[in-house]
Amino acid sequence: MATTTTTVPSAGPVAGSRSFLSRLREGDEIARLITFLFAASVVLVTLLLVFELWQGSVLPRHKFGFNFFRTSVWDPIFEQFGALPFIYGTLVTAAVSLLIAVPLGIGAAIFLAELAPAKLSDTLEFFIDLLAAVPSVIYGLLGVFIVVPLMREYIQPGLKHSLGFLPLFQGPAYGVGFLTAGIVLAIMVIPYIISVSREVLLSVPRDQREAALSLGATRWESTWKVVVPFARTGIFGSIFLALARALGETMAVTMVIGNTPAISASLFSPGYSIAAVIANEFTEATGDLYLQSLIELGLVLFLLTFILNGLARLLILATSQRGSEMSNV
Amino acid sequence: MSNRLRWRKFVSNFMLTMTGVCAVVAVSVLFFILGYLVFHGGTSVSWNFFTKLPAPVGETGGGMANAILGSAKLLLLASLIGVPIGFFGAIYLAEFSGSTTAFIVRYAADLLNGVPSIVIGIFAYSLVVLPFKHFSTLAGGFALGLMMIPITLRSTEEFLRSVPNALREAAMALGASKWKTIASVIVPAAYRGILTAVLLAFARVAGETAPLLFTAFGNRFWSPGWNQPTASLPVMIFTYAIAPYDDWHRQAWAAGLVLLGLILVINIVARAILSRGIAVPRS
Amino acid sequence: MKRITGMLLVVLALAGVMWADNALSINGAGATFPYPIYSKWFDEYHKKNANLQINYQSIGSGGGIKQLTEGTVDFGASDAIMNEDQLKAFQDKHGFGILHFPTVLGAVVPTYNIPDVSAELNFTQDALAGIFLGKITKWNDPAIADANKGVNLPANDIVVVHRAEASGTSYIWTDYLSKISEEWKSKVGKGAAVNWPVGLGGKGSEGVAGLIKQTPNSFGYVELIYAIQNKMPYGRVKNSSGAFIKADLASVTAAASGAAKNMPDDFRVSITDAPGTTAYPVSSFTWLLVPAKFSDATKRDAIKGFVKWMLADGQNYTEALSYARLPKEVVAKELTALNKIQ
Repeated sequence: MATTTTTVPSAGPVAGSRSFLSRLREGDEIARLITFLFAASVVLVTLLLVFELWQGSVLPRHKFGFNFFRTSVWDPIFEQFGALPFIYGTLVTAAVSLLIAVPLGIGAAIFLAELAPAKLSDTLEFFIDLLAAVPSVIYGLLGVFIVVPLMREYIQPGLKHSLGFLPLFQGPAYGVGFLTAGIVLAIMVIPYIISVSREVLLSVPRDQREAALSLGATRWESTWKVVVPFARTGIFGSIFLALARALGETMAVTMVIGNTPAISASLFSPGYSIAAVIANEFTEATGDLYLQSLIELGLVLFLLTFILNGLARLLILATSQRGSEMSNV
Repeated sequence: MSNRLRWRKFVSNFMLTMTGVCAVVAVSVLFFILGYLVFHGGTSVSWNFFTKLPAPVGETGGGMANAILGSAKLLLLASLIGVPIGFFGAIYLAEFSGSTTAFIVRYAADLLNGVPSIVIGIFAYSLVVLPFKHFSTLAGGFALGLMMIPITLRSTEEFLRSVPNALREAAMALGASKWKTIASVIVPAAYRGILTAVLLAFARVAGETAPLLFTAFGNRFWSPGWNQPTASLPVMIFTYAIAPYDDWHRQAWAAGLVLLGLILVINIVARAILSRGIAVPRS
Repeated sequence: MKRITGMLLVVLALAGVMWADNALSINGAGATFPYPIYSKWFDEYHKKNANLQINYQSIGSGGGIKQLTEGTVDFGASDAIMNEDQLKAFQDKHGFGILHFPTVLGAVVPTYNIPDVSAELNFTQDALAGIFLGKITKWNDPAIADANKGVNLPANDIVVVHRAEASGTSYIWTDYLSKISEEWKSKVGKGAAVNWPVGLGGKGSEGVAGLIKQTPNSFGYVELIYAIQNKMPYGRVKNSSGAFIKADLASVTAAASGAAKNMPDDFRVSITDAPGTTAYPVSSFTWLLVPAKFSDATKRDAIKGFVKWMLADGQNYTEALSYARLPKEVVAKELTALNKIQ
């Protein structure tokens, strides 16, 4: 057959081979410029956001320094602002939510990845993704009218009765508090754990399972002792993702946490989280120090979620790469 | 069969059943939420709800007509901001950019995506509300639009990248310029995925409350134009839910049902579009 | 492409439609204390003036003062009189001052939700201070029980509820507590947002009422109408003459009678723990905060028109919502003060 050599121009503009004007006339340069502007605006707006947070918190940073994170007094009248109760509340509710969501989530992910036939797995995953789409305020609505009364009437008294010797479960049963917020958060973050863990479990190469089974392991043993450890880093990634979501949650938490800046060993105690205090007090913070202290709290939250999200992404990436590397061996 | 083997088999069956239980629990939460909202909200979703303005405090018979329109305006504005930036930015990333610029832009988008929504509210307050000296639909739409950008950007980029190179090369060989290739070949090929991305981003911000608290603020009346505060469904749900009036509670349930219904329908439609398959078979 | 341009045109057309609206929109924000009557007033006033919408958001008195100072709302509302620092901050920022206009008289009542107890409880000054300081923790504490012989108070823990955000209602309550308790005055002080020794935080009077309604053994303070509208029991408070007084129109008006005759020109006055045998001790005026100067003449006239209406016809709506009317002397004084707005 006749061979014709044609040089196909490469994907990007080839430097120097066509004049700028001709490229301009062709419209490519304009297209490149316009799309570049849009892409650049993303970077600009993000930088601006970080800058505003930093600038907007200059007063408390200078006045309190690192003591901001060590004091627990939040007194707008005497202008004393300490972030400790809010950091404590944010961390405690997130921890409680993970304690509940992680076992449930990983268990469900194992079922979906290992046991369920593909169609069932996909259908259930579809519903789980829908759960992730439910807005926070609706969880708050359900929290106020279902979870809080349930906690107050049955769960908290029950826990006090059986485990009341632990300082965790002491104190009056208000219904609102750390434990309630943790439970509502758990429901909110389970979908993230399930969908990401399911994906990393599915990416574990088949030969790992088959090798374990051929050595005489039961289904469970092959799953728990071989597949899950293989996907361990990815699963941790999903947990970090869930944690980042739990830390930034505002509406559902502020409706069920009790809105009291308190540090207490008891999970029944009402508390406060960073996002909740900003939501409640931002529009009325008179005085620059007050307002900027709230902004500094926002900055802290931003940094926390930023670090966690970054770690999560690295871990998940590492697992999928590992899986694909091993499959190619 | 030895005892030890019997025990291991038992553990295996038991644990695997437990995982099934976990999955059932997780999925049933969704149905419980839906069911409860339908049960409580269904009876309150009345003609009044969709057509009347809120009544004075303590009186019954009010509705959320202004909140529904307010949410629609906010989402429209958010889409006008979020979709073009995400779409064109993604085109830049997929077709034009070098790898360092791409890395920076993607990193910024991921950063933006991870910002807690209340912090976005703070940002929009300082940037739009204070200079204009107005709480406004504009500020609320801006905050929501910011949240839409990363989702549209990353998903659109992925779908653009998934269009096979053969198409690009074929268009080039026919003499089409770069932008013509993008406009007439690549984007149409990826349009299903892009539409899905936009719909999912839309559904995500439709339910956001926190960023609206100090941007769109609230309004008992219709909000004229774009520079005035406006009511919105999520904020009304929040305000009514924590109040003591039973009538307000009923309205909060109704609003919750409407909002969740809308979001779920968008999600289902988006996924249905996507599962119909990519327009062109992968090479 | 054609589809997209088509959609864009539709969008712009809609935008145009939504923009073309000749209703003048005035925004205000602030106290939840008078929210029931303000929402009624603004609704009625809108019915009489279809081209004027006064949009009021009850975010708390602190919020009203703050947003007014920032300039994001046209007027504010507060039950906490602006202090010197706040007035100065506004003056420095805008170059002119703020005028306080009393609108109604209201009462802050102690409301509670005790299982099986629907009686009106009597609260002494020590009881109220003690509960909010966290020193009295059970309902059957002698400090409470002694004033309520014949009522079977349970030995349950009191769940204290207060406002989570900066609130004029909190200001009135803490102002009263500071007057009757030295310990409260030195430990906590009076203010819209204080460092509460105990209790859960509810958002807005609505949030506090909601929390109390749903939480057994709870105790908090709300404006009178919130307790009435939600059929919550509220107690009597011991006044400066030693009598246990229930909050109602007569007792609140009695509390204001002294102040009415000696009203300062700027209307900033506190009437908590007022003298008088029938006075309800936790009464207060609530104020509209109006800037002394408006750059927009239509807005200025609209607000002045509303205040005039409020001082005349508006006062007829007060009693139905359990607020007391402004004394005649105060109304007359306010009408003259209206001329100060430029």
